[in-house]
Amino acid sequence: MTLRPPSPSLFRPARPPARDLLEENRHLIRDIDRRGVLRGTLSLGALALLGGCDVTESDQVQAVLRAVSGWNDRVQAWLFRPDHLAPTFSEAEVVKPPRFNAYYDIEEVKPVVAANWTLELGGRVASKRPWSLAEIEALPQQELIIRHICVAGWDYIGQWSGVNLRLFLERVGADLSAKYIAFRCADGYFESIDMPSALHPQTILATRYAKEPIADPFGFPLRLRTATKLGFKNPKWIVSMAVTNDFPDSFYRQQGYNWFSGI
Amino acid sequence: MHAHDAAPAAHGRRKLHPAPVRIMHWINALAMFIMIGSGWKIYDDNVLFGWLHIPESLTFGRWLQHGLEWHFFGMWFLALNGLAYVAYGLATGRFRRMLLPLRARELVATFKDALRLRLAHDDLTHYNAVQKLLYIGVILVGILIVLSGLALWKPVQLSELLALFGSFQNARLVHFLCMSAIVLFVLVHVALALLVPRTLLAMITGGPAVSREPARNPS
Repeated sequence: MTLRPPSPSLFRPARPPARDLLEENRHLIRDIDRRGVLRGTLSLGALALLGGCDVTESDQVQAVLRAVSGWNDRVQAWLFRPDHLAPTFSEAEVVKPPRFNAYYDIEEVKPVVAANWTLELGGRVASKRPWSLAEIEALPQQELIIRHICVAGWDYIGQWSGVNLRLFLERVGADLSAKYIAFRCADGYFESIDMPSALHPQTILATRYAKEPIADPFGFPLRLRTATKLGFKNPKWIVSMAVTNDFPDSFYRQQGYNWFSGI
Repeated sequence: MHAHDAAPAAHGRRKLHPAPVRIMHWINALAMFIMIGSGWKIYDDNVLFGWLHIPESLTFGRWLQHGLEWHFFGMWFLALNGLAYVAYGLATGRFRRMLLPLRARELVATFKDALRLRLAHDDLTHYNAVQKLLYIGVILVGILIVLSGLALWKPVQLSELLALFGSFQNARLVHFLCMSAIVLFVLVHVALALLVPRTLLAMITGGPAVSREPARNPS
């Protein structure tokens, strides 16, 4: 998704404002978003041109579109083949480095310090003891050379390795009959996936890319990589994981993207 | 397949466009409007061709997520209505009656006439060879755009279908080219319908009554 592409604008500050300030005032900033105003004006133009065709913003229309998106979640869960493997590729096809995407620019990535980092566990798991990176890397490793597909349409082949998520969930005594896995990330991002996708053989907690520790912009020290979901369903810089039956929502669903987003 | 339309009028005669055809035609028109406008919004977020950006005022939905919401809303109407239309066309014999036979010699002759602007269109119930070719073509392209769309929506669950297109980006390209072909068809189709308004009216009221006999073959 190129929701916030780097802007060549003259009005772009040379030094970006402090990250926590942006985070604190996210809603305010969204309200005064310059591009929003610009797009609003364009939409107004379109409205005049097309005589009321740009009806996306009306609450009733949004409610209908959201309801259909919810229906599409159910259809996708039904279409999901738990044992069907995604195509895999050769090492020669791997793109290095992988392609960056987040709800902010790559220069704004705040690296996670491994020494201070643990993976917190919550919800329906027997053992909630936090895990260090060394402990996670000591578990059996699985490598996936799979296609990453972004909701915007681009794709690349990536080589990810880490611990199989099903294996990890079994190791911590997770309730595998629960509905969702919820992830929280160091940058405030949050994402959730359905249990069948979590248990798919090609879903891992990745710690390495092309056999090296994942670089900072791509999720060091730990991110999700699943072969059966769009890119944005693979959270980076994960700091906590919870097994739950209560719908945990996701950052991009709240902005109108489809929640299941299976591929 | 049977050579009868579903809703024959009295005395063994039915209208040129029976009610199911008219209803499906207009549902399809609306679904295509939504799919093309929202598809252009999605295209613009990550273009296939650097030289081609669709003007924002022509796209449907405000941001990418709205384009996607509309696209995954409209797809149900396009696909289910399209499926019903193809099933109807095959089962009632309408496709065979209206679109076949298609002969190469006739096609060349009609095409030459069209270039000299000497096309006759006093008989709405009979399609000339170019019309037949365009209607057959757009139905096949319609099937292909749905198949490539399914491959793009579910490249892993339907990985066998994606494999037919080669790669994910190839499927995107096929999807895009199908859209382009449909847009060209719509431009010609609408322009001709406006030039001969009786054809447009026929798609609303049903048009002239036609006999249940198979359409005569043109000489």
